[in-house]
Amino acid sequence: MAEINTGGGGGKHDGGKVRSKKASTRVDMTPMVDLGFLLITFFILATTLSKPSSMTLNVPDKTQKEETEPIKASNVMTIFLGKDNKAHYIFGKAANEDPEVKTVGYGYEFRQALTENAKKVGGEKFVVVIKPTKQSTYKNMVDVLDEMAITKLKRYALVDQLTADEKKLLKDKVKLDT
Amino acid sequence: MTAMCDVAFLLLTFFILTAQFRSQDAAAIETPSSISGIKVPDSDIMTIGLGRDGKVYFGIDNAQNRIAMLDNIAAAKGITFTNNEKKEFSLMSNFGLPINQLKSFLNLPKEQQAKIKQPGIPTDSTGAGPTNELKEWVYNSRKANNNLRIALKGDNLAKFPEFKNVLATLQAQNINKFNLITGTEAPPAGWKAD
Repeated sequence: MAEINTGGGGGKHDGGKVRSKKASTRVDMTPMVDLGFLLITFFILATTLSKPSSMTLNVPDKTQKEETEPIKASNVMTIFLGKDNKAHYIFGKAANEDPEVKTVGYGYEFRQALTENAKKVGGEKFVVVIKPTKQSTYKNMVDVLDEMAITKLKRYALVDQLTADEKKLLKDKVKLDT
Repeated sequence: MTAMCDVAFLLLTFFILTAQFRSQDAAAIETPSSISGIKVPDSDIMTIGLGRDGKVYFGIDNAQNRIAMLDNIAAAKGITFTNNEKKEFSLMSNFGLPINQLKSFLNLPKEQQAKIKQPGIPTDSTGAGPTNELKEWVYNSRKANNNLRIALKGDNLAKFPEFKNVLATLQAQNINKFNLITGTEAPPAGWKAD
């Protein structure tokens, strides 16, 4: 530690008289500074510095029944969120046409599959249908929605009902009970 | 030394003035992260939490509105709360209790409140059933403050069916737009927002 108190005034003078030492006017500030930094540390740790962010989720209005044109299966990629952080997807065929079920993890693999299929269909026609199953977690869903934001795909839908065909398909091909 | 001391206390003053303390939550919720950069607003916000075990927690931001919300729900359910209970309630940033357990919980001393494992607010899969209490809270909080925005805060490990129940409850009340609270993560290299 740095010395703060530089010895008291006083000193021998001519004449040999002994004078009382002058008390230093400087105060030792080390403890105060220590305390200051301790409090700073406390407040830094106690404050919430990074505010969480949020993503917007819009869901269709349930009360309004809108008749929409059915989408061609060849333009649709259906993603099933399975258990153990795995996603299964079918592309280009409907569930009852014996499509190939591919299994990917979330992350890079998943993003590549998305961009590849989007390229195959091209532009605005590509539609992604996200179907979380009972075994999937909330994180899986957020991850997929996030991938949609990353790949900038605008046409996607979150659907929570699985059709009978899809249930059978998942059971037969990836042994997933839904 | 004097200079350092000055800086230290300047920083200290800054942190004291800007401090916003973490409030005591009913349950720890670890949110997933996303690249979305939209910040969660500070005021006029209703937070519906979804714990890892699927329990649902509810909270709104303003103490005044909390009391108004409690008054509304008490009137609807035919329960009366004393002023003391209301005050206790206004201090809770979120909670996960069925309405019939709320009164006894509010009368417990603080230390015991923290120890109790809150069972979560009852929901159901249709979102409008008679046992669904979340819908009452959502409705009465919006009655207390019409500008409330809705944020959903789910845990990484929460299962989808429970999330679906919350979603159904909101949709049954014609709420079709809400925010999902997430942590922040860096977008992949070269990615630009539109």
